[in-house]
Amino acid sequence: MEPFLLKGIDNPGSATIETYKGIGGYGSLHKALSMQPQEIIDEVRRSGLRGRGGAGFPTGMKWAFASADPKFPKYLICNADEGEPGTFKDRVILEKKPHLLIEGMIIAGHALRAEKGYIYLRGEYAFLKDTIERAIKEAYEEGYLGENILGKGIIFDLYIHLGAGAYICGEETALIESLEGKRGQPRIKPPFPVNVGAFSMPTIINNVETLSNIPYIISIGAEEYSRIGSKECPGPKLFSVSGHVERPGVYELPMGTILKEIIYNHCGGIRGGKNLKAVIPGGISTPVLPPDMIDVPMDFVNICRYGSMLGSGGVMVFDETTCLVRVCYRAIKFFEHESCGKCTPCREGTGWLSSILGRIEKGMGREGDIDLLLDVAGNMSGKTFCPLGDGAAMVVQGFIRHFRAEFEEHIIDKRCRFG
Amino acid sequence: MTPLIEERLRQIAERYPDKGAAVLPALYIAQEVYGWLSLEAIKKVSETLNLPDAFVRGVATFYHMYRNKPLGRHLIQICTNVSCMIFGGERLVDLLRERYGLTPGGTTEDGRFSLIIMECIGACDMSPAMLVDRDLHGRLNEDNIFEILKRYE
Repeated sequence: MEPFLLKGIDNPGSATIETYKGIGGYGSLHKALSMQPQEIIDEVRRSGLRGRGGAGFPTGMKWAFASADPKFPKYLICNADEGEPGTFKDRVILEKKPHLLIEGMIIAGHALRAEKGYIYLRGEYAFLKDTIERAIKEAYEEGYLGENILGKGIIFDLYIHLGAGAYICGEETALIESLEGKRGQPRIKPPFPVNVGAFSMPTIINNVETLSNIPYIISIGAEEYSRIGSKECPGPKLFSVSGHVERPGVYELPMGTILKEIIYNHCGGIRGGKNLKAVIPGGISTPVLPPDMIDVPMDFVNICRYGSMLGSGGVMVFDETTCLVRVCYRAIKFFEHESCGKCTPCREGTGWLSSILGRIEKGMGREGDIDLLLDVAGNMSGKTFCPLGDGAAMVVQGFIRHFRAEFEEHIIDKRCRFG
Repeated sequence: MTPLIEERLRQIAERYPDKGAAVLPALYIAQEVYGWLSLEAIKKVSETLNLPDAFVRGVATFYHMYRNKPLGRHLIQICTNVSCMIFGGERLVDLLRERYGLTPGGTTEDGRFSLIIMECIGACDMSPAMLVDRDLHGRLNEDNIFEILKRYE
């Protein structure tokens, strides 16, 4: 497929407004500003776009909810807290095509009648702050931001809010707390941010990639857009592929592309000609898949039949030399570090999963440890305040479901044949 | 705080309908000015934004990238999450201990480097990776990591 999101990223100066306009950038903004807000929302609904951060909520529906709320002012937030391990697609857009995001945000602001937008940029991407700020400044100078945009009387101001290192702030309500200057702990839902969000006002929070799709939808129209990818999940998807492949990187492919094709056709297969052992399909929180399941179409709907999730589309590939017990342990340590501490099942559960897996990984596993892991995970899944706890539980459940023998070998034989 | 800092904070606070939202950027500025978020730094932020000291300290200690103790001139932030781990991220941590006597959370005796372990920094396409201050370095190995660190005085 002809790339849209990644089009032109290899051009020197791709982050400048000049280069962006050279490939047709801001054409959609002109078109969108002569549309009514409701028209834009309808178009996004009809396109079938679903959130690209990991949850896959229908974007148009989210926008419609916020728009229907009578309260003003409304706020638009771009979730650039890309923290899901194995995911780096948003980094590429922020680094190489910030104007694509900015254009998407201005159009979204117009659709929602929001006059202020914030890019919540994770602290680890502070090295990109100057690039994005420069792009924002260029947009102001061009009259695409500020007051009376393109002479249409529309106001939109855009700011960067830098995070400070907390995975949990990728969760939308924790992000709002962090934006408001507090510890990033999630809020109870309902109310949802579309009604009570930033500063208690209706707020739309969308992922970088989601907002970057908006200019595409405006440009080619919802009908043509919905023909890309799979029927239930249209559009292009950015897959971040890492691990033991020949060519790791970000790939723009239609939603629903088969995982096997991604690994072997696009990424050159397993490096060094080794054999595939396991794949995590959508970032660390998604259940691992064994090699006989890589015929899975990568979209939000189809992958569920394989017992996993699309998540952020962060594909992590492991070859035959990998110790999966060690991978599972490191993944759980991540959740343990990042647990905000608010709710007991996650705070205590991630701690216990981590300590049990730690013993197993070091050859001090005990009989009954696997059942114990599953028991703890079972007490977390669906019982935590936010999905971080679910992620940790599903990771453990996924590895044990498909690779139980490796865990048993570590426990019973106290040995590891890999890594 | 010097007037320049207060002016910066005032401008930042104007971006938000509630100036309490300026806590995160304010902590970054205080960290820059004071070197770390000492009690003095915390108090300057809480005074400027009219918030309780304990509240501001609570925010500062929640986030991984705020310096809640004195650190060296340069902060090495190595990722050891899964995609970097399978390419030797943890081995690089060991090397820093062997070469510089540096341990996670610690500082070299000459005050040049501090080390913190990071969770995924979004550079999995060039693992193993690290940040040094605000610079991203990828495709690290046992040799080039020291070549890179030489550039930081």
